[in-house]
Amino acid sequence: MHPGGWWLWALGLALTSARTTNPLLLGLILAVAGFVVASCRTPTPWARAYGSFLKLGFALVLIVLIVQLLLGPGGTGSVLISLPQVPLPSWLAGFHLGGPVRSGPLVEAAYHGLQVATVLGCLGAANALANPLRLLKALPAALYEAGLVVTVALTFAPEALATAERLRTARRLRGLPSSGIAGLRGIAIPLLEGALDRSLSLAAAMDSRGYGRRASRSPGRRRLAAALLLGGLLLAAVGCFALFDAAAPGGLRLPLLGAGVLALAAGLLQAGRRTARTRYRPDSFGIGAAGAAAAGLLAAAVSFLPLQAVVSGLHPQAQPPLLPTFPLLLAAAVLLAGSPAVFARRPVPA
Amino acid sequence: MIRFEAVSVRYEGADRPVLRDVDLAIPEGELCLVVGRTGSGKTTLLRCINGLVPHFTGGRLAGRVTVDGRDTRTHPPRELADVVGIVGQDPRAGFVTDTVEDELAYGMESLGLPADVMRRRVEETLDLLGLAQLRHRPLGTLSGGQAQRVAIGGALTAHPKVLVLDEPTSALDPGAAEDVLAALQRLVHDLGLTVVVAEHRLERVVHYADRVIYLDRGGVALAGPPAQVLAASAVAPAVVHLGRLAGWSPLPLSVRDARRVAGPLRTRLTDRVPSRPEPRLGPPVARAERMSMVYGPVRALDEVSLTLRRHEIVAVMGRNGAGKSTLLGGFAGLLRPTGGRVSVLDHAPHRLAGRDLIGIVGLVPQDAGDLLYADSVLAECRAADRSGGLPAGSTAAAFADLVGDVDPRRHPRDLSEGQRLALALAVVLAPRPSLLLLDEPTRGLDYPGKTRLVTALKSLAADGHAVLLATHDVELTAEFAQRVVVIADGEVVADGPAHAVVLGSPQFAPQVAKVLAPQPFLTVTEVEGALARVAG
Repeated sequence: MHPGGWWLWALGLALTSARTTNPLLLGLILAVAGFVVASCRTPTPWARAYGSFLKLGFALVLIVLIVQLLLGPGGTGSVLISLPQVPLPSWLAGFHLGGPVRSGPLVEAAYHGLQVATVLGCLGAANALANPLRLLKALPAALYEAGLVVTVALTFAPEALATAERLRTARRLRGLPSSGIAGLRGIAIPLLEGALDRSLSLAAAMDSRGYGRRASRSPGRRRLAAALLLGGLLLAAVGCFALFDAAAPGGLRLPLLGAGVLALAAGLLQAGRRTARTRYRPDSFGIGAAGAAAAGLLAAAVSFLPLQAVVSGLHPQAQPPLLPTFPLLLAAAVLLAGSPAVFARRPVPA
Repeated sequence: MIRFEAVSVRYEGADRPVLRDVDLAIPEGELCLVVGRTGSGKTTLLRCINGLVPHFTGGRLAGRVTVDGRDTRTHPPRELADVVGIVGQDPRAGFVTDTVEDELAYGMESLGLPADVMRRRVEETLDLLGLAQLRHRPLGTLSGGQAQRVAIGGALTAHPKVLVLDEPTSALDPGAAEDVLAALQRLVHDLGLTVVVAEHRLERVVHYADRVIYLDRGGVALAGPPAQVLAASAVAPAVVHLGRLAGWSPLPLSVRDARRVAGPLRTRLTDRVPSRPEPRLGPPVARAERMSMVYGPVRALDEVSLTLRRHEIVAVMGRNGAGKSTLLGGFAGLLRPTGGRVSVLDHAPHRLAGRDLIGIVGLVPQDAGDLLYADSVLAECRAADRSGGLPAGSTAAAFADLVGDVDPRRHPRDLSEGQRLALALAVVLAPRPSLLLLDEPTRGLDYPGKTRLVTALKSLAADGHAVLLATHDVELTAEFAQRVVVIADGEVVADGPAHAVVLGSPQFAPQVAKVLAPQPFLTVTEVEGALARVAG
């Protein structure tokens, strides 16, 4: 399946979670994302991303709650616990450390923390379902080189970690401090040298394997591509500016932006013909990917509907806390976003 | 297919050329082996073939190299990518993508081949090299032998006419090396590929070669049939040395050839036992008692018990990933045992640090260069003196003992492989640790380099150090280990005197033992001694 499908699906769910602080909805979104990940992920190392992102999210919730507990007296709601108050110097007026903790602010902080955790969970789901490197491969040919740089950098990071571990070991073997500032300095320089070495051998390998073979093209066409790219960028920039500037003539905004985007696309297409590259098994944006993207984006669309049934359930009252209501329409849309678990389920290998 | 015409190469700032007046012609479909000491220009010769020298490395190339009629002066490496496939010393350093299948396709994508051709060739190459099970695996999870085969596959999918390999088996255990070489053999025989290989471990490859190019120290190349070139060369496998000793002509290159002519020698050696000095055993230095290392589901070591004594040289053998490095790490205090106990001179090594640690146990890791970080040999030695609290000059003296004179202003990275290993060894030895551990010390060492290492380690053992080394090198083990420990899946499967363990095993027996079986000889020196006693 095309990785773009999964990323759009996850983007839809993330947008939905960004719209609401209702813990019932957020929990539902996490459950749906987890279900889809469990049914559709591939047996690869990055498929564990969902769990790691989720852990990160809940650590965040915990931190927010502790900070709120210590620094945030006041607000409404019943007093849950009374912490000893620490007097602060006068220039910190407005801040309080300790004091009575009320339920209102605590609940509100928990809601917002959960919201961030859910957005993180959606990102984790996207990472678990679609290798981000494959997404880079779906870039247009003209952006191939930029994509390659990111690919190399991403594969380089774990390798650098392994090298750092080896160097730390080596320092211990020499009886030198392997942690702290001194240890760090002793490791950083050889690490950098190693990285340079590796990039040299990588460059040699890529050169030997035909990287950068150019298709013969006339200088005229090359100039045309450059002009289209630059012009398109300029037009699109002006168009964007006009879009947000109330003083700009209204009739010009969209045509400017449109022309810019068109010129950019044509430029990318032209520039892409510069290299003679082909692609091995490109992912096609098939019906499965479209379905997943639609399912995710539908949930987001529903959360933006100006209907009483939707809007009233988005932000439950926290100060003082009331039991959140359950907006059925939006919940149904989120449940529908779990449908890829059925139609894009990974077949169990025989 | 490949022609070198009066080729000389000189790098920027070098006082003498790396290659001098090399004239060669390698016809299509040959497997050509490049041999020579370290630093004799093997890698330079290989890189000339696809134009990396001089287009990528700089330097001056005089003369002309042509491959399939294309002159490398006018064709940079990328324009030769469809004719020459090259695999460097470290296959992982050349990986561009992140999964096996993508890596195989990368070269073809750059050449702009149509999608259906790419699809077909990837499938063919997966089968040819036995990689079909690994197709979706991330490259980082591959073992050494698998990574080497993927790198070869990545070069092959472009259907080059020439394949160039730089030390393809140096990091591999005997089994994995056999896999890679068998794949090469198939390529030459089935596809008529021209293959050029540089390799230090001649015993592994020389019997596959149709032609040998010997590079001597002055950069002069001598090419010819293997038996003829090796008869005169300074680097030769044990079986060739045995052939020279016995006066066989033509020289046998493989164990099989040698066995066929060795009948009379075996008869002469009947009832002779090699004279082996009674091993001197001192008091115990280090002891592992039911030591286990368990990481999650991985049992790297499983209840290993081992005692090491003064004056003892012990070799640990076993396939890649069997737990050899983990065992060394346990003794060196890098890893804390998850079960059982380990002690060196009655200390638990993982509880020590700094001078206390390096004074009793020293480890030279697999990549000896990791230990070095200063910008000159002199600075490195001074730093080692300081961190060990030693009198000034002790490390430098230890280094001089090992290699003789080396310009102390040289950068450790510019030293030869053997010199760099010696420097790392000197740094570790200077505080005089009672237990010396070495992880794969002969990787990238040529035969004379190995001989020097053997001499140095023997004299250390005589001085009262205990030496434990992990190695794949069966010839080295035969040469000087008194005791061999074989590890498989984290368990000790054999532990005993070297000759007893090694003679019984088809995988770990050295060439001389295979040629002379059932006579129990391990090395040419032992045979020489026995023959002298026959004569006298």
